[in-house]
Amino acid sequence: MHIPFCRSKCPYCDFYSVRADESVKTQYVNTLKNRISAEMSTSDCKADTLYIGGGTPSVLGSENLCEIVKSASPFLSPNAEITVECNPFGLSEDFFKILAFYGVNRISMGLQSANDRERRALGRLSDSETVKQAVLNVQSAGISNISLDVMLGIPRQTEKSLSETLDFCLSLGVPHISAYILKLEEGTVFYNRQNSLSLPDDDAVADLYLQTCETLERNGIMQYEISNFAKCGYESRHNLKYWNCEEYLGLGPAAHSFLGGKRFYFERDLNAFLNDSNPISDGDGGDFTEYAMLRLRLTKGLLNSETENRFGHKIPEEIIKKSAFFADKGFMESDERGIRLTRNGFLLSNSILAEIL
Amino acid sequence: MAKKEFIRNFSIIAHIDHGKSTLADRLLELTETVAKRDMQEQLLDNMDLERERGITIKAHAVKLDYKALDGNIYNLNLIDTPGHVDFNYEVSRSLAACEGAVLIVDASQGVEAQTLANTYLALDHDLELVPVINKIDLPAADPERVAKEVEDIIGLDCSEAPKVSAKTGENVEKVLESIVKLVPPPENNDDKPLRALVFDSVYDSYKGVIVYVRVVDGQIKAGDTMRMMATGAEFTVVEVGYMRPTFMEKTDVLSSGEVGYITASIKTVGDARVGDTVTTAENPADEALPGYRKVNPMVFCGVYPADGADYEALRDALEKLQLNDAALSFEPETSGALGFGFRCGFLGLLHLEIIQERLEREYNLDLVTTVPSVIYKIHLTNGEMVEIDNPSHYPDPATIDYAEEPTVEAHIYAPPSYVGQIMDLCQDRRGVYVGMTYLDADRVDLHYKLPLNEIIYDFFDALKSRTRGYASFDYELADYQRSSLVKLDVLLNGDTIDALSFIIHSDKAYGRARKIAEKLKDNIPRQMFEIPVQIAVGSKVIARETVKAMRKDVLAKCYGGDITRKKKLLEKQKEGKKRMRQFGTVEVPQEAFMAVLKLDDE
Repeated sequence: MHIPFCRSKCPYCDFYSVRADESVKTQYVNTLKNRISAEMSTSDCKADTLYIGGGTPSVLGSENLCEIVKSASPFLSPNAEITVECNPFGLSEDFFKILAFYGVNRISMGLQSANDRERRALGRLSDSETVKQAVLNVQSAGISNISLDVMLGIPRQTEKSLSETLDFCLSLGVPHISAYILKLEEGTVFYNRQNSLSLPDDDAVADLYLQTCETLERNGIMQYEISNFAKCGYESRHNLKYWNCEEYLGLGPAAHSFLGGKRFYFERDLNAFLNDSNPISDGDGGDFTEYAMLRLRLTKGLLNSETENRFGHKIPEEIIKKSAFFADKGFMESDERGIRLTRNGFLLSNSILAEIL
Repeated sequence: MAKKEFIRNFSIIAHIDHGKSTLADRLLELTETVAKRDMQEQLLDNMDLERERGITIKAHAVKLDYKALDGNIYNLNLIDTPGHVDFNYEVSRSLAACEGAVLIVDASQGVEAQTLANTYLALDHDLELVPVINKIDLPAADPERVAKEVEDIIGLDCSEAPKVSAKTGENVEKVLESIVKLVPPPENNDDKPLRALVFDSVYDSYKGVIVYVRVVDGQIKAGDTMRMMATGAEFTVVEVGYMRPTFMEKTDVLSSGEVGYITASIKTVGDARVGDTVTTAENPADEALPGYRKVNPMVFCGVYPADGADYEALRDALEKLQLNDAALSFEPETSGALGFGFRCGFLGLLHLEIIQERLEREYNLDLVTTVPSVIYKIHLTNGEMVEIDNPSHYPDPATIDYAEEPTVEAHIYAPPSYVGQIMDLCQDRRGVYVGMTYLDADRVDLHYKLPLNEIIYDFFDALKSRTRGYASFDYELADYQRSSLVKLDVLLNGDTIDALSFIIHSDKAYGRARKIAEKLKDNIPRQMFEIPVQIAVGSKVIARETVKAMRKDVLAKCYGGDITRKKKLLEKQKEGKKRMRQFGTVEVPQEAFMAVLKLDDE
C-alpha cells in the first residue's frame, strides 16, 4: 500500500508524495479500503505479507493505519508479515502498541544517518536521539522486528561517520538494516545541487559500501541482498518477493503490481486514484532475464534447481560461461548450485548484468 | 554583348570581419540586382556552413548593372574570393579574372594582417586597388586616421577613398562610382582564339558542371566545341550566360572581357578544374593562360562511419562532394579498429574540417577520423622507395634505409613586435629560418622552411593565438627532405589500435606519446578492469598510463516500482555497448576517440 503523504519532502527523494489535510487523508484511506476489498475478494488465495510504505504512512495516524490493516486482514494468511514504514519523529509507545494490537509486526524506520550534521544535510527534521527513542518505543510495544534505513555516499560522509551510524544501529539491537547508496534522482534538490554537495566520489562510496557489509556481518547481521542485511530469520519476507520475481499487488498512486504475468501501475496522481482510475499496463513480467536480473541481487544468487523448477531448464550455458570470466576477476562465484555476485560484483552489478544477460 | 569600355571586373578583398560580405550585399541591393525581398543576409555566401562560420569557401561571381553618374550603364562583375590559406590557389585564380579589387579597411581597426597579405596578392596580379574605409557608423571609427594608415603602410592614395557604412548603406554608392572610375575596362581581344580562365566550377544535378569563366580572348557560344587546355577534354557547349545573384541569365555569346558561365554536360568538376583555360577545338589558342596547376591533396586521413552500416551512405556522400570539389580524393581502406572506411586526401586541415562537417551536416553521417598525415617517402634498404600516407602501411623499421618528408616554404606576415613569438613557434615546429624582410616599418615577412606535417594540425591556430590574430600565413609546397621519422603505436590493454597510429619526427615522439597517453586516460571511461594505455615505437613502450577500474555501478534500490525501470536500464546498457568501439577487450566510446584525435587543442 502506498501512502503518498509526507510532512515535508526530503531533498534526495523522488517517491511520489504530497502534503494533504485530514479530510483528504480520510478520503484516501476509504478509497484504499474499498480498493483492497474489491481487488482481494475476487482472489481465492491469501496474501502472506502486507507492506504499508510511502511517503510517510505514519502521518496518517494510528487510527487510519489500523483501518487499512483491518480492511486487509480477511485476505491475509495467519502468520502474515505486516510492515509499516514510520518517520520516527513524535511517535509514542502507545502509537506502536495500537499498531501491534491490530497485527502490525514489523516496523521500518528511516534513520539514514546517526550523525546529526549529515541528517540535517538530508533534510531530516529530528536528531538521532529521537530515532533512538522511537526504536525503544517500538521495542517496548512488543515489536522486535525493526528495520532501519541507512544511506551511503551522502554529503561529507566519511568512514568514521559511517561507523558511528552503524554502531548506533547495532547498539539498538535491530535485526534488519537496509543500507542504500545515494542515487541522485532527476528532479530532486540533490540532483540539481550535486556539484555543491561535497559528495564522496565513487571510489570512496565503494569503500563505504564494503565497510558496511563487513561491519554488519561481523556483528551477525548478514547480507542477503545488494542493500539489505538481517539477522537470520529476519529477512524481509515482503521484499524478497520482488527479488524472487513473485507476484504482488500494489495500491495507491505510483504503486506497481505484478499479477498474472502482467506488470502494471497507478499513475503518480492522487486525485486520479481517488477517482478510481484504472492502472496503466507496464508490459509482461517474469521472463527468465527479469528473473535472473532480480535473483542476482540476492547473495543466494541464481540457482540451477529453482531455475529448472520455474522455467524447465537450468541456467543457460552462455551465462555460465560469461560468469566464469567474472568469477575469475573476483566479481562472481559459480558452482554446480548456480551463480552469484560477490560484494565487489554487487558494486558493479549493472555493468556485469549487461554483459552476462 | 556589352561594350568593353562599360565592363568592370573586380573582387573585394579585406581582413576577416572588415565587412566584405556586407558590402557585397549592399552593392547588390544598390544596383537593384536583387529585389529587397530576396535579400538574405550575405547573399554571396550561399552555403550554410559559410554563413555560419563567416568565411567564404568557394569563389562566387555575380553580374551587376549600374547606371553611373555619367549616365552610362556599366556592367560590373563582382568575383568573390575564399578567405583561407587552404584555398589560396582559388583566391589567386579569382584575382586573375579581374582588373581591379576593392580593398576594404575597417574604420576602427585599420590595416591588419590579411589586409596586407591580400593587397600583395592583388598587386601580384596587377590589379587596380580601390580603397574603401568601412564601418564609419561604429563609435570607435576614425576614418581619417585609418585612411592615413592605408596611405602610409600600403601607399595607396586615399584622398578620394569612399568612407562608408556597409551596414547602414551610407555612402555605398560612392564605392560603385570609384569602381567605374578607377578600375580599367578589359581589353578587346574578340578576334583572337578563345581563352577563358576557369576561376570556379560547381556541380548542378540538372546541368552538370557549371564552369565559371573570365573570357580573356575571343568568344564562346552554344554549339562550340570547348577544349580544356590542361586535360585536353572536349565538350559541346550547351549554354552560356551571366551569373545573376538569384538566377542564371542565358545569353548568346560570351566575349573577351566578360565574366560568365558555360554548361556543357560535364560530369565532374575534375574535368573543369579551377585555373584551367578553355579554348575551342575549332580554333584553339596556342598557349594556355598562365598559372594553372593541378591542386593535389596534401593532407590525408581515414574517414570512417561511426556506425559500420553507414559505409555505403558515406561512399555516396563522398562521391557527391567530389563532383563539386576536385581537390577531394578518396579510396576505400579498412582498419582493425574502425572497420570499413575511406582514406581521404585534402588541401589542408580546414578543407578536411569543412568536408567532415558537410558530411555530418548535409549527409547526416556520424564519423570518426584518424590523425591526419602527409605523404612520406620511405627509402628501403633494398633500394626501393615507397610513398606512405597511411601509418598502417609504414614498413618494418629494420627494412628502412632512410625517410623523407615534404616541406613547405612559408611566409608569415606580422608586425615586428611579434617576431620573437613567431620564431619560437617555427623553431618548435622544426622550422629552418630562411630570411626576414621588412615590408615597411610595421610589417615584416618572415620566411621559414617548415615540414608540412608540422603545419597540418594546428599551426595556423597557434600562429593566430600568439600574434593576437595579426599574423597571416601563406605557404607553398617545397621539396622532400631527409628526416628521422618513427611510427607511434597506441596499445590499449596490450592490443594495438591501428587507427590511432601515426608517423612523427623522432625528436617529438616522447612529448607527443605522453600527451596521447594522458588524453586517452582522461577520455576512456573507467571500465570494470584496469586498462593499461601504452604508446610504443616498435616494441619499445615510451609512455604509459592506466585507466583505473570502475568501482561502482549499481542500482541500490530495486523494489516493486523499480523493476521495469531496471529492466529498461539493462536494455539501455546493452544498447550502449553497441555504440562503443571494441578494441580487443577494451570498449572506447566515440567521444573519447575523437578527443584523442583532436590532440592539438592546447
